[in-house]
Amino acid sequence: MFDTAMTLNDLMFLIKGAGMTLAVTAFAVTGGTLLGTLFGVIRSQINPWLALPLTFVLDIFRSVPLLIQLILANAFQAIAGFGWPPFTTSCIVLALYTSAYCTEIVRGAIEAVPTVTRRAARSLGMTWGQDMTQIVFPMALRVGLPSWIGLTLGVMKDSALVLWLGIIELLRASQILVTRLQEPLFVLLVAGAIYFALSFPIARLGGRLEKRWREND
Amino acid sequence: MIEIENVHKSFGNLEVLKGIDLTVQKGEVVSVIGGSGSGKSTLLTCINSLEKIDSGRILVDGTEVHAKSTDLNKLRRKIGIVFQQFNAFPHLTVLENVTLAPRKVKGMARQEAEEIAVRQLTHVGLGDKLGVYPGRLSGGQQQRMAIARALAMSPEYMLFDEVTSALDPQLVGEVLDTLKMLANEGMTMICVTHEMGFARDVSNRVAFFHKGVMAEIGPPEQIFGAAQHPETQKFLSSVR
Repeated sequence: MFDTAMTLNDLMFLIKGAGMTLAVTAFAVTGGTLLGTLFGVIRSQINPWLALPLTFVLDIFRSVPLLIQLILANAFQAIAGFGWPPFTTSCIVLALYTSAYCTEIVRGAIEAVPTVTRRAARSLGMTWGQDMTQIVFPMALRVGLPSWIGLTLGVMKDSALVLWLGIIELLRASQILVTRLQEPLFVLLVAGAIYFALSFPIARLGGRLEKRWREND
Repeated sequence: MIEIENVHKSFGNLEVLKGIDLTVQKGEVVSVIGGSGSGKSTLLTCINSLEKIDSGRILVDGTEVHAKSTDLNKLRRKIGIVFQQFNAFPHLTVLENVTLAPRKVKGMARQEAEEIAVRQLTHVGLGDKLGVYPGRLSGGQQQRMAIARALAMSPEYMLFDEVTSALDPQLVGEVLDTLKMLANEGMTMICVTHEMGFARDVSNRVAFFHKGVMAEIGPPEQIFGAAQHPETQKFLSSVR
């Protein structure tokens, strides 16, 4: 009834592409989260006027389509003679793109921590750093996590755009198979299922953490 | 001893403290009463420098609070403050709320901090709530936890900023009882309060604030029995 020319090798080819998607996403989200946390703390803690240059740069990363950023960055690194491989360029651009969104998540989450709670911490003799690490970050994490999970899942799908730099990730791998097998629907169905399999655990992890925290409130 | 000398404080164009002078001796309980916007709460937050002052000075045991050279984090260890809004750390259990500062600020070992915390929590009647998260506590219990949290730092002074104002009426008593207990134990306290009965029964002195000025201060019998200042008389007749 159902017949396909897709072989186990082809499936392994897709899974290898998925590995690349996962690798790019992991680098982008890790780098983007670290940078975004740093920028978010800066944005929430210092005078908005002083943070203006940072805000402006991050706004560029949020406003310009990712595809344009990737292509421009790749051209720029070639002209500048950096000699970065496409994977490096992709990870850097995606990390900056992620950090721009993550900054806003972190800033919003930090600002959601009530001033009185922070005053209480400082009144007990805690330093600014202790207040941040012991009170603000744990409380902000609960506020920001759902948005951060959403961002991570979004970046995983957006990472497909790195195929334009010649990287064979999941979407590019499925395109290659579609061209060869001429079975677009089936191949895309499998690719979609793999995307889902990558995303589902992350979404579930977020859901479980949220539930556990809610039980304490 | 807390010495407040000619303290001025403005928020923008609004001057909320207009030259406050007040000395609180060790072991004394001073209640501060007055209408809203009279500057009472601001004064408390100035004492441990959560708010800066514009001029004048505040000395705690001879240390000038707002001097640049003062180590505020060290000074704040001996001044406990409890606020009107419940400000439990919601991600920590009751026990962790109380042990956090002794461990992080004083560098106490966990076991030692927990012993102190259990003692203080039992003292305020929360000995059976150690593992509970603050979200499961009533407002009165949260305020008592905040008091235990401040006491766990072994402060020499306690400042209370309208700690019963946000509570349901039936929960006010339990918190006031805790404050009375502390006063009887000889804790030096400044209590900004709207509870006139408490101010009358517990304080050594009562200060009446009006529009940023300390209009009158004296023993409770004087303030509640024979107030000198017309604004004090007006205020007291309005709250009775």
